[in-house]
Amino acid sequence: MVSQKEVSAMKGTKVLMVGAGGIGCELLKTLALSGFEDIHIIDMDTIEVSNLNRQFLFRKSHVGQSKAKVARDAVLRFKPNISITPYHANVKDNTFDVDFYKQFNVVLNGLDNLDARRHVNRLCLAADVPLIESGTTGFLGQVTVHVKGKTECYECQPKTAPKSYPVCTITSTPSKFVHCIVWAKELLFAKLYGDKNQDNDLNVRSGGASGSSDHVEDVFERKADEDIEQYGRRIYDHVFGYNIEIALENKETWKNRTRPRPIYVRDVLPDQLSQPQPNGHVDGSECAVGDLSSVSAMSSLSLKNPQDIWSLMENTKVFLEAFKLFFTKRQEDIGNLVFDKDDQLAVEFVTAAANIRASSFGIPLHSLFEAKGIAGNIIHAVATTNAIIAGLIVIEAMKVLQNDEKNYRTTYCLEHPTQNMLLMPVEPSEPNKACYVCSESPLLLEINTNRTKLGDFVEKIVKAKLGMNLPIIMHGSVLLYEAGDDLDDDMVAIYTANLEKVLSQFPTPITSGSMLTVEDMQQEFTCKINIKHREEFDEEKEPDGMVLSGWTQAPPPKESNPSNGENKANTSLSEPLNADSDDEVEVYVPEPVAKKRKHSDITKETEEEEEDELVVLPDANLDFKKKKLV
Amino acid sequence: MVIEGEELTEQETALYDRQIRVWGADAQRRLSKSHVFVCGMKRTVAEFCKNIVLAGVGSLTLVYDRPMNEEALSANFFITSDKTVYAGQSVAGVCIESLKELNPMVRVTAEEGNILNFDEEYFNKFDIIVISGCSLETKKLINEKCRRLEKRVGFYTVDCEGSCDEIFVDLKSYAYSKRNLHQIFKGPFKDANGEIWECRLQYPSYEVTTAVPWKNLPKRMSKLYFALRVIEKFEQGEGRDLGETSEKDLYGVLKLRKELCDVHDVDESFVLEPLLARLIAETREFTPVSATIIGGIHGQAISGKGDPVKNFYLFDATDGKGRVEDVSNFI
Repeated sequence: MVSQKEVSAMKGTKVLMVGAGGIGCELLKTLALSGFEDIHIIDMDTIEVSNLNRQFLFRKSHVGQSKAKVARDAVLRFKPNISITPYHANVKDNTFDVDFYKQFNVVLNGLDNLDARRHVNRLCLAADVPLIESGTTGFLGQVTVHVKGKTECYECQPKTAPKSYPVCTITSTPSKFVHCIVWAKELLFAKLYGDKNQDNDLNVRSGGASGSSDHVEDVFERKADEDIEQYGRRIYDHVFGYNIEIALENKETWKNRTRPRPIYVRDVLPDQLSQPQPNGHVDGSECAVGDLSSVSAMSSLSLKNPQDIWSLMENTKVFLEAFKLFFTKRQEDIGNLVFDKDDQLAVEFVTAAANIRASSFGIPLHSLFEAKGIAGNIIHAVATTNAIIAGLIVIEAMKVLQNDEKNYRTTYCLEHPTQNMLLMPVEPSEPNKACYVCSESPLLLEINTNRTKLGDFVEKIVKAKLGMNLPIIMHGSVLLYEAGDDLDDDMVAIYTANLEKVLSQFPTPITSGSMLTVEDMQQEFTCKINIKHREEFDEEKEPDGMVLSGWTQAPPPKESNPSNGENKANTSLSEPLNADSDDEVEVYVPEPVAKKRKHSDITKETEEEEEDELVVLPDANLDFKKKKLV
Repeated sequence: MVIEGEELTEQETALYDRQIRVWGADAQRRLSKSHVFVCGMKRTVAEFCKNIVLAGVGSLTLVYDRPMNEEALSANFFITSDKTVYAGQSVAGVCIESLKELNPMVRVTAEEGNILNFDEEYFNKFDIIVISGCSLETKKLINEKCRRLEKRVGFYTVDCEGSCDEIFVDLKSYAYSKRNLHQIFKGPFKDANGEIWECRLQYPSYEVTTAVPWKNLPKRMSKLYFALRVIEKFEQGEGRDLGETSEKDLYGVLKLRKELCDVHDVDESFVLEPLLARLIAETREFTPVSATIIGGIHGQAISGKGDPVKNFYLFDATDGKGRVEDVSNFI
């Protein structure tokens, strides 16, 4: 397949790879062996042990080093006479501006999060450089081609946003294990070990009639005369016993639900005897800072297998032991801890707390291994899928370099054969004329202009929804806000004051009919937002208190319509399965033999857990857009 | 070596964390107990070896009797480019060092000798036999040796003709469990995992599979399958190694196409001439792209992905389709 034409296409080509992880390692190797001679590669990450099962350019001795640099060195060992330029940097850095992108013939993404993908998409559009985007999760993967004006851009279809849960489900009526994990991680863990100044809903209960906040505040503070064991047991009894008793008082809540069972330490560990007997290394105060695996409740308690599901008693012991270890070995961290999946003690604590809460609510318990996956939003990954996807990226890159437009393909790597295919190519979609990124279509924002501050708009819409880094906000010709490092103090003061202003109270009020222009200088991306005032928002369904729409219509519910295996039939893709509300990332693969892969997710975080490639998948709209099977 | 029922070590759990989340701890344990034999270290096989060593098989044994040469150097990422170091060594011998380094938990060894001289007793030590770049006769012979063994030894061939690739799989009698996907789709998604079903597949040998009359095969069958049969037969008749064809052979290949189509009682147009011409022109595994892809598919097939491939997997980089063709239903 490598014709003379292709060889010459590759010779003078300059390629930018973004990501030197799972897909990146395979891609760099395949590019080098295919004859590409000038490759630039950006990755901000350093190598971790859990990368080594698939990122084959890395060895154990490389742990902690730059992925981009080690990958370069490894490839030059078997392909020495080519040029590979590594950047150990964030792709969102200012140095990677439109001019930087313009030097490349094609950009190849092997990224792990939505935010960076959107950023690269915008720069590629601004620089008019073709982008080949990819993602994998488990056995599933996909490669798409984005060429300005020819095919849809990465943001022409909305991506599934990370899921957030209604507060009362987490605080009062959990029905799934993930709810217990969110509670343990976002509320209990944050309350005990995190920033005390952060708002925390731990004691918010449905009905809300009970407990004065003064009383509640005291509960989590250690009392002067209390030893650490007593303190831990008191916290345990408070959150798993007392709080449940209080919640049970609200009869309305439990009318149609299974009543939870309050759990107290004394019921689980009937005598003091069963107090954990640490294995000696609990005393002593030295603990290597930064080595998060050195303190472990599991090893103190001789629990070995992270795949085991602990009993309620074991969970209770782990909870109390982990609690104690935090206060004896990790004092310096307390007050500024944020949950980290690589922090062994934090994972142990969250697993135990989630399991105890799950027992209370009659929800099946889970192993530490599983709980870690859920709490850390870990995207599972294997080498083979990454290899396949990397090969497909190179195939598309060769076509792009030869402007072989009619042969561009979106390819899905499937887990189960569909119409006999494990690798299924389909024609790419045309640009979405209503895309707010690659077309000029304005967006519509429904918002309460009499109550919402500009700052809320910046955080919840401009940054979270539009993915802008350094935004500028204009109302007509009036500059309302600008972000950046090079502003003088006067301007910073004005902008800071503006963030606190309610929209309708600006000198030129922002109300229904106003149009805001939001611009990101770095991304060279501008979009217009029409404002529409709305008084009320549904707290559960619209927790932001504002609704952004305009670049897409929600697909109407539709029966999925499997084609009959005819070769030329239009492939109908499965409908979005919103019935299962726990999925952050759903893979919609072509009917009829599709399987949905779940990613348990958790919170309001916009960024997936690092290191793996998230498939942001063939999207909801695919099922009524005719996809031509080629 | 891991013994039956033994837990994964802490080291294994840490290293294999992301893939255990894909296929579970049981599959990981099974994988770490399987012994894989591989013959023919070309680019596709190098990709495959990389994938299964990363995945953590128990052991990998490489057989290769060719000495180092230019082609091996340019094609293989296990071989660093300092040629003088490798003078006189076999390709397999050079590759095992890189493979060992790739995952120290996998035992990698090289075996001297010609694959035709290994007896059944020898193959009995393995769970999986993979051969690449072998003649039709060798394929059939090794396949039969595997089938005569009492224990199930999975037999795979993997070959790459330029931009096209083919995997053949013979698992004899293979039982596995799978989830009832149909139910998932129709159901209300209460249980996204569906019900687990036990499945058993019976695989015919290479000889039996490839003897299936073409007339019986469904119309949508990949055309690549027929073209590869013609070329395989041609190479056998000429006594050539796999892939040793060129444009000059087109006349002979077309003549053989006619003969085979007559035998199978189908029209000559059944096997497309442009496809044949393309296949014989691309003699070497020139592109690493297909190798990367087929090596990945092959790795997945072996590392315990839900549905095993039966009987052929065919990939053509020019149309991008990767298809599974079950021929055995039409025997």
